[in-house]
Amino acid sequence: MTPTDIRAGFIADLTAVAPDLDPGSIGDTDHLQDDLGLDSMDFLNLVSALHKRFGLPIPEADYPQLATPEKSVAYLASQLAT
Amino acid sequence: MSIFAMPSLGADMEEGKLIEWLVKPGDRVSKGDIVAVVETQKGAIEIEIFEAGEIGALLAEPGQTLPVGAPLARLGAAAEAKAAPAPTPAAPKPAPEPEVAAKPPAAPVAPVPPATAQGGVLASPAARTLAAERGIALETVAGSGPGGAILLADVESQAQPAPRPEAERPKGKPGLDMAEMRRAIAAAMSRAKREIPHYYLSHEIDLQSAQDRLTALNANRTPDQRLLMGAVLIRATVRALAKVPELNGRLEADPYAPSEAVHCGLAVAMRGGGLIAPAILDAQGMDLDLIMSAMRDLVARTRTGRLRNSEITQGTITVSSLGETGVDALFGVIYPPQVALVGFGAPRLRPMVHDGSVQPRLAVTATLAADHRVSDGRRGALFLAEIDRLLQEPETP
Repeated sequence: MTPTDIRAGFIADLTAVAPDLDPGSIGDTDHLQDDLGLDSMDFLNLVSALHKRFGLPIPEADYPQLATPEKSVAYLASQLAT
Repeated sequence: MSIFAMPSLGADMEEGKLIEWLVKPGDRVSKGDIVAVVETQKGAIEIEIFEAGEIGALLAEPGQTLPVGAPLARLGAAAEAKAAPAPTPAAPKPAPEPEVAAKPPAAPVAPVPPATAQGGVLASPAARTLAAERGIALETVAGSGPGGAILLADVESQAQPAPRPEAERPKGKPGLDMAEMRRAIAAAMSRAKREIPHYYLSHEIDLQSAQDRLTALNANRTPDQRLLMGAVLIRATVRALAKVPELNGRLEADPYAPSEAVHCGLAVAMRGGGLIAPAILDAQGMDLDLIMSAMRDLVARTRTGRLRNSEITQGTITVSSLGETGVDALFGVIYPPQVALVGFGAPRLRPMVHDGSVQPRLAVTATLAADHRVSDGRRGALFLAEIDRLLQEPETP
């Protein structure tokens, strides 16, 4: 899976959680909570969707690595590679 | 025979727009069944019926805006019930039938056509009715519903050529008018501050042990099974009410009687602004996992789906939680006719004295806004202290 595929999957799950976000205008360095306004329930729903899509455990301890779309894609890629 | 009337979904509601019937004449219904969808200031709400029986005639058409108390349908007694005298409808002013049918439907009220009928065009019954009324061919309407189904709004926008371009519409839940919601909040909060003599208490709680237990619990769970601290706080609040029950109830009659059941309202912020506080019904009997799944369901339906009228009209207390990002404390405004609102600030690491030394500990400030007509500060203090005690117990993560 290429980073482009991973990003597409991530953005699809993110916009499902926050349907008012425009996929085209989400910046790679936007902070999910501070900039995109996700609350703890939204974030948990996003992690659940990513878990389902990529089959990764995504433990709570790794949550800080999902702070932005850019960091999330890097994290998912590294987890998928191991 | 009795009458199913437009329900009041809040003290400030005067009228509602019938969007869709989910039953047709002849259908048997039992208490709690969802029979219709009504559009209100809080978005589209599913309306439950509180009486069992058989649906007789439908007295209102989808698309009609009707005052609270106006008859929507006739309800026949179930076959086994004896013919009791017809109960008087709870309408504020008895609306005689002919007036209600001021705009009689072209045909006698017939069972609503199934969504998939007629020429293979997918459309909701409400959309079909309006399209027929205005002489619009459904084939010419672009559907925005599931599978391209045509919804009432699609027909409306076709009929009144683009009153508001798509780009200008405020973002948020579909079908929710932000200006209307702001008006609803203004009405409820003005009434609260006008009528309720609030008193406020604040208490800092050490949340570190609860957080440690939650972390350990979540480590063995997949994301969809994980718990949020918000659920832990709600569970502690609901349990603490057993000790100070007078904080749980609705001040609607004199003398005030607390509620046995805890219908715990949850202030849910809407993306795009505004908030709705639907209730987790009968939360007193729920363990942590049940509270968590009820929260998930309620938040999802508040933001993108539909709430039921019981959830927005029967709350007995409200919890407002700022979540992970925010400030230390919030001092809430009680949602009338409830008598208390519990606020939790954002949990944050703070220097606290623990085991005789100052340590960084996760802490949360719990606040209580309560109605002085039914409780006093001493009882309120006992309540916040009980929440604190429960959060230190190993039993509650």
